[in-house]
Amino acid sequence: MTTFDPYAPSRETTEGKVFSVTGGDWDALVQDIGATKEERVVVNMGPQHPSTHGVLRLVLELEGETITEARAGIGYLHTGIEKNMEYRSWTQGTTFVTRMDYLGPLHNETAYCLAVEKLLGITNDVPERASVIRVMMMELNRISSHMVALGTGALELGAISPMFFAFRERETVLEIFEMITGLRMNMAYIRPGGVQQDLPEGALTKIREGVKLMRKNFKENATLLIGNSIWMKRTQGIGYLDLAGCTTLGITGPVLRSTGLPWDLRKLQPYCGYENYNFDVVTADTCDVYGRFLIRMNELEQSLRIIEQCVDKLEKLEGAPVMVADKKIAWPAQLALGGDGLGNSLDHIRQIMGTSMESLIHHFKLVTEGFHVPAGQAYVAIESPRGELGASIVSDGGTKPYRVHFREPSFNNLQATAAMSEGGMVADIIGAVASIDPVMGGVDR
Amino acid sequence: MTDGMFGAKGTGDTSGYGGLVRQAVNSGSSERPYGSYFDEIADDLERAYPDFSDAIERVVVDRGELTLHVKREKLVEVAMILRDKLKFEMCMGVNGVHYPEQTGRELHAVYPLLSLTKNQRIRLEVSVPDGDAQIPSVVEVWAGNNWHERETFDMFGIIFDGHPGLTRILMPDDWEGHPQRKDYSLGGIAVEYKGATTPPPSERRSYK
Repeated sequence: MTTFDPYAPSRETTEGKVFSVTGGDWDALVQDIGATKEERVVVNMGPQHPSTHGVLRLVLELEGETITEARAGIGYLHTGIEKNMEYRSWTQGTTFVTRMDYLGPLHNETAYCLAVEKLLGITNDVPERASVIRVMMMELNRISSHMVALGTGALELGAISPMFFAFRERETVLEIFEMITGLRMNMAYIRPGGVQQDLPEGALTKIREGVKLMRKNFKENATLLIGNSIWMKRTQGIGYLDLAGCTTLGITGPVLRSTGLPWDLRKLQPYCGYENYNFDVVTADTCDVYGRFLIRMNELEQSLRIIEQCVDKLEKLEGAPVMVADKKIAWPAQLALGGDGLGNSLDHIRQIMGTSMESLIHHFKLVTEGFHVPAGQAYVAIESPRGELGASIVSDGGTKPYRVHFREPSFNNLQATAAMSEGGMVADIIGAVASIDPVMGGVDR
Repeated sequence: MTDGMFGAKGTGDTSGYGGLVRQAVNSGSSERPYGSYFDEIADDLERAYPDFSDAIERVVVDRGELTLHVKREKLVEVAMILRDKLKFEMCMGVNGVHYPEQTGRELHAVYPLLSLTKNQRIRLEVSVPDGDAQIPSVVEVWAGNNWHERETFDMFGIIFDGHPGLTRILMPDDWEGHPQRKDYSLGGIAVEYKGATTPPPSERRSYK
């Protein structure tokens, strides 16, 4: 019996000689590969590779430095979220979906909640303040997500400074998230019927300051890359995908908008009251990595505009409810900050424990069993930072989802890897994948 | 066993995890007018596709969404006409739903379609029996459905005939079973790593 040593520099297989690259002397490796007299080299890039944007595996067939075939291998981050949701109540579902695309948690939650609300038939009963908060949180989230896309995208192409600045800006947003929801990621803040809790005191002031700071910093950051000749050479004409390619592959988001088509669900199929905000849909007509980079850069400013309008609206809606009035759906407690941290408000506990047996039963039933959702199916799509995020939900009339499926833009868009990179140089696939901005948590779910 | 106190019926489980209500999803066909732009779509499709009444089993309008239940033999024809004549340029993928109690049509495949030209959405639904879970692939119509069909195969075991490479996509290649089916229970599986086996979480506890 031969023993298999995964750390051996090379071994013979039926497919040919396999080299394991774990650092070391590249010249020796190149010489060894040259000695095999093979024209065609298959490179297995990832799933643990600093430039693959997460646990993505790229199988590249190379001739020299040209990619002849590129295939993406996924599934390394599959956690069975959709299956798990079938065993938890509708409200608990938000805790799962928020962990799918972990850079856009609030978008996942909103898509899911809008679909649940559609099944419940309470879409129009969601209070205005809750919708405005949702829009504001989603736009803040779009900024933090784009910051990661731009920062890591630049880093993967060798530009290190933009990433430091991008993560500094992202920090501003995450601090706002932490103040409002208690968490920086995976907040489960948006719930069926509204949002988990109202904004804390001082949140709007902090957001105003944050917007001011970010607007100034974004302008400075833009000068790092826009017009930078190395950056232009690495991104212009790279990862080309035109409108026909996008439609047949079902590509949405910045990649579709980089073909010049102003397709943005916030404008065309508005949800959460997006029709009441002034903003522009950013497009480019270059169909390449540079165009997508510019789109993300310019969408930051549009998001800031929407956030400012949200803050104005929220100031006028001070004290308005943030959850549907129907007590059969609304979570039966208002959270309050006590001496021992955040928890149920003492007023509420006093009421259910001391004065009303019915309230206690009601609270218990709703929290443990959850509410029933009328049978049927719904598909709700929203514009996430990566494109159309669709929540496809089936209810059988019970207190748990019968089936939840997320149409993840990352999952779908990653299929464009081959179209964007085959025939190009091996170094350019990094830029092409980065411009798709896949989040593996969303791809694999 | 006596009846529970306070009029509790069944298991008396209030946690919700026991599944107090499990109704079959059963929505009949909708009557015209369907409302919104749905009548227009139905008319256009009937005009463009002479086999309409044969191919479309049911038309369901529910919660502002139009669903066309298509016979699987006609799926690709209908898809082609929807794409080319009715301008549904994009298919937002496919996802499976497993209804074990619907004998003869246990597995459903649901295709949300999007028209960029007309800014409209509809949904196609195909149902097949568990014992013969085969649906023609629409990858030739919408190339972007490639991975979605692989995922639905992986999770439900629906075989998409004519798919260019129908292999598992999320689960490992040698995985047994299709996890999203209702007869596949939730629960841990044993993990084997470097010769040692860790039992699934459900079997780790001594107080089970």
